[in-house]
Amino acid sequence: MKIAVCIKRTPDSETRFRIGASGSSIDEGGVKFDMDDFASYAVEVALQLKEKAGSGEVVAIALGPDNVQETLRKAMSMGVDRAVQLKADAVPFDGLAVAKALAAELKSGAFDLIFFGKHAFDTSEGVVGTATAELLDLPCVTAASKLDIANGKGTARRELEGAAEMVEFSLPAVVTIDEGIARPRYPSLKGIMSAKKKPLETKPAQLGTPRVSVKGMALPPDRPPGRIIGEGSAAVTELVKLLQTEAKVL
Amino acid sequence: MANFLVFAETRGADLRKVAGEAVSVARRLADASGGGEVHAVVAGPPGVAQKAETLGRFGADVVLAIEHPALATFAREAVAATIAQRAKSATYRAIVLGFTAQGRDLGPRLAAKLDAPIVSDVTDVQIAGDSLTVKHPAYANKVVVTLSITGTPAIVSVRPSAFAATEVARAARVEPLAPAVDPASTRVKVVQVIEGAKGRPDLADAPVIVAGGRGLKAPENFKLVEDLADAFGNAAVGATRAVTDEGWRPHADQIGQTGRQVSPQLYVAVGISGAIQHLAGMRTSKTIVAINKDKEAPIFKVADYGIVGDVLEVVPALTQAVREAKKGH
Repeated sequence: MKIAVCIKRTPDSETRFRIGASGSSIDEGGVKFDMDDFASYAVEVALQLKEKAGSGEVVAIALGPDNVQETLRKAMSMGVDRAVQLKADAVPFDGLAVAKALAAELKSGAFDLIFFGKHAFDTSEGVVGTATAELLDLPCVTAASKLDIANGKGTARRELEGAAEMVEFSLPAVVTIDEGIARPRYPSLKGIMSAKKKPLETKPAQLGTPRVSVKGMALPPDRPPGRIIGEGSAAVTELVKLLQTEAKVL
Repeated sequence: MANFLVFAETRGADLRKVAGEAVSVARRLADASGGGEVHAVVAGPPGVAQKAETLGRFGADVVLAIEHPALATFAREAVAATIAQRAKSATYRAIVLGFTAQGRDLGPRLAAKLDAPIVSDVTDVQIAGDSLTVKHPAYANKVVVTLSITGTPAIVSVRPSAFAATEVARAARVEPLAPAVDPASTRVKVVQVIEGAKGRPDLADAPVIVAGGRGLKAPENFKLVEDLADAFGNAAVGATRAVTDEGWRPHADQIGQTGRQVSPQLYVAVGISGAIQHLAGMRTSKTIVAINKDKEAPIFKVADYGIVGDVLEVVPALTQAVREAKKGH
């Protein structure tokens, strides 16, 4: 079983963001970065499948400047066998451009499975994984919340709005991973030590010219300050009155 | 003058609410660029064409109906191939679709097949000449990004409920569209659809959401949340991540940064402290009500109306009061 996992380095999701001086990026001062949450689920799923198969290789791939090497080392400390950095000055906000660079790297890899997170926290778009699958002409399951691989076939569950669907697909395939599928492991001390010796290859990313560009970033408008209208069930009458007359939602 | 293509989403043979919203967005963009046509693609089992005729109400000029028994479920590869073929045979300025489970699968496929730039989950779209600009809440709704897109067609997926489905007096003509590949023989096949709770709207569609958190203390107390939702009559039920991680509710019900992002008219937070990750999923709700025993809970900072108290006592009283208020109408 040969599996590729495409991962991204993103800001800590608990960050209270400020907008940078340029007005078109976040202020990265004091912001912690780590492997994206969804990418960490994808890594965990890949490692579990390799362990179940008893043999194979898991390769982590990340596009970006040299700081992604830290994220790739983390993946290797969790148990990934080797890593590839597709070097670029920055990750563009153009999902298709990123997908093209990843597809160029993945196409000759002879992977049985290629995993992505459902989306990355920063761009929150969910384009790259599914677009990469199309560029590679591989079957793709987007946002799988359960995954089972047996006898060269896959079964996955996808959450729909108010329902779910079970899908079957042939391998090789691309799967983007939703939350709840697996709890990512913490790197062990042994894992951290051995990750330092695992191979990390760097090559230039074939990005092309992005056609989606950031014109500005802003914080969403604040809500008006909250208001406590009372205590206990005695306040219910007042609440219903306000919902009817002020908010007009009842 | 430019024409616009819309993927009008269905579930089974029924149009979803987001279909009307996407058509309305395309209508506005077409009018803003000289009054071109809006072509809406529907894919579904035989009979879907007739139902989709109503998309004229939201501004579609043409409904392109892909009908096939195997399209009763989402045959993603066949739908993507058919829309891509259509988009190649005509000139469209943009393709508009919803940012839903289907749309987040279909959009990137179309982008790759057509080599078209794509922007996802947008809450505002403006067109002026060759310039197409959108707003997209990124960083889990914590930062609003303005993006500019060059290239045609642009693929724009719109956040459900972020745009109104506006009625205009228009009649759409329905034309069949032949599937580009056999929907029954694709590499990814739906083998089962598991229906959710019956008789309740989905989180994306509901005008009212009642959501529960760990303050409910035990899974069986979620009944109080459901009773309150039933009292409103048109409410969906959601949960915090703490609750779905505990297995009290399915993961699909989770509202927050890594779950569903919602913007209902009314959001009632029951026993929810208001962790920043939860707020990221619901802070754009129009009116927020919070019931929590801890008056220092962060949820009260965003709640238009807060009640400090034991949810096990306050929620049944509220349910009763809402029932009576509804009766009075």
